[in-house]
Amino acid sequence: MSVRIDAAIAARGFDVSMSLAPGETVAVLGPNGAGKSTLLSVIAGLLRPDTGRGEVDGKVLFDLGPATNTWTAPHRRGTALLAQEPLLFPHLSALDNVAFGPRSAGVPRAAARETARHWLAEVEAVDLASRRPGELSGGQAQRVAVARALAADPEVLLLDEPMAALDIHAAPLLRRLLRRVLAGRRAVIVTHDVLDAYMLADRVIVLEEGRITEEGPVREVLQRPRSRFAAGLAGLNLVAGTVTAAGIRSPEGLEFAGQHDAPLVPGQAGVAAFPPSAVSVFLSEAHGSPRNSFRVRLTDLEPHGDQIRVRAGELAADITPAASADLGLAPGLEAYFVVKAAAVSIYPA
Amino acid sequence: MRHGYQGVPRWIYVLAAAGALFVLLPLAAIVAKVNWAEFLPLVTSESSLTALGLSLRTSAASTVLCIVLGVPLALVLARGQFRGQRLLRSFVLLPLVLPPVVGGIALLYTFGRQGLLGRSLELAGIQVAFSTTAVVLAQTFVALPFLVVSLEGALRSAGSRYEAVAATLGARPTTVLRRVTLPLVLPGLASGAVLSFARSLGEFGATLTFAGSLQGVTRTLPLEIYLQRETDADAAVALSLLLVAVAVAVVGLSYRRPGAAGGRGPGGAERATRDGAPEPAPERAAP
Repeated sequence: MSVRIDAAIAARGFDVSMSLAPGETVAVLGPNGAGKSTLLSVIAGLLRPDTGRGEVDGKVLFDLGPATNTWTAPHRRGTALLAQEPLLFPHLSALDNVAFGPRSAGVPRAAARETARHWLAEVEAVDLASRRPGELSGGQAQRVAVARALAADPEVLLLDEPMAALDIHAAPLLRRLLRRVLAGRRAVIVTHDVLDAYMLADRVIVLEEGRITEEGPVREVLQRPRSRFAAGLAGLNLVAGTVTAAGIRSPEGLEFAGQHDAPLVPGQAGVAAFPPSAVSVFLSEAHGSPRNSFRVRLTDLEPHGDQIRVRAGELAADITPAASADLGLAPGLEAYFVVKAAAVSIYPA
Repeated sequence: MRHGYQGVPRWIYVLAAAGALFVLLPLAAIVAKVNWAEFLPLVTSESSLTALGLSLRTSAASTVLCIVLGVPLALVLARGQFRGQRLLRSFVLLPLVLPPVVGGIALLYTFGRQGLLGRSLELAGIQVAFSTTAVVLAQTFVALPFLVVSLEGALRSAGSRYEAVAATLGARPTTVLRRVTLPLVLPGLASGAVLSFARSLGEFGATLTFAGSLQGVTRTLPLEIYLQRETDADAAVALSLLLVAVAVAVVGLSYRRPGAAGGRGPGGAERATRDGAPEPAPERAAP
């Protein structure tokens, strides 16, 4: 394994183990405050974990334990960090910003600028070379910041929500750019946009409350989420419970009939996932062949594309505005969510 | 935002005007009292020019010393994390509130002939007290906090995020300091240095106590003014006006535009130089 990180910080309830294969890009997803940026800071050496060990290609980043106390300073790690804001040095031109990494590595000025021009070309920003950061738009500045990070020739590139501060026009351009430059490069990208994970990453890690709750190939995690957060990203309802012969039983006692996606043994832990579009809403209990019907109290109604998303606690249903108006749905109302068993997939948790 | 809501009650303007008058009126009184016919001969007399030259030279030297000692102090206070940090800050700022004459006595018992370090220095053949060096030390003692406060404020509002990024790009701490930190807080450093210079220029009490009043050696302009006041009030007033003019020029230079030495740094650094920097305090009352 080329990159291996184990780190724990007691005060933040942070305890994460992760690895990166050569040339692999991993997306770290999770709600705010889950510890995503903490993870990047630990890898970059900006934050010291209480205990743990980090390694890149056999080079020890940190090894902190009862008997060990090894610490490599950030500038010796080769872990360039690209933050949400570009953080270009305001007193240097775009070119000198990009040349900063090579210059710090001891490359003479002229050669460093040559390298900088190469990377500016790589992010289609050669014409910005002589500008000061104050004269760049948000998207331009972030492109220059990408070039600056790459010019430092990092062993691992760390990206902390690089698209989050950009407007909706600049973000797609940068995303395409990152897709190109991250291909075959070791990188960890923190994001809360599922599109970033799809487009940029080979693998996804879901971090919740300082711990990894789920990880795997992007497609698999989004198709068969096991954590509520991943289910939310994938736009699926998720019910965790115990597998029964016909489906699953939630801790609250709700029975879900569904399709077993994998060989399952009754009694084992499992989850049921189904899209909100497969859920219908009725005011009275419906009867019919294999259906799941359960009483809920509506909590919210919100527009969702050309549908209305009706929320009842953790569950959601998508119905047409006309249907919503016909039923007179409003928060607080009691109703029945009905979902066909065929639309519910059940798999191990 | 010139037409935006201000939210300042009118009576505040009245009090603010009183405050402004309180500062401006005494200055006007000096101008009114100047004997203009004799002004030029008075300020260009040999003793005046000697005192002015000494003041400018020693103030420049103490400003350099303030930068050499104050930049590391400000960095340690703003970026460091260690026990006793708050205590260190309090002690560094102490000269701001200490009567300068007390500072002079303290310096005397440190560098004076019978002082803590003075004896060793004397063995090495160095005599500090009652020399021009003593003037510079006295000025540095009282002016250092101005630079430290101003720069620490600039460092704090500039934040350490640029420095963190620079480190992840492979820059050693010294490189980060030279190529990122210092350029970012240059406006704060410049205004701190100007304030230190102005404070050094006005230094009186510590100088008189620790360095004495030898013409051409330790008698700076404020000392010359105090001396002249006994014998020749006109000369004292003329020299006072000269000192006011120099001080106004120095402060005017640093506050010429909002953001002191120009708006190159991030917005935060500029704000800090203005919020964090204490007003240039005129010399305290005579000892």
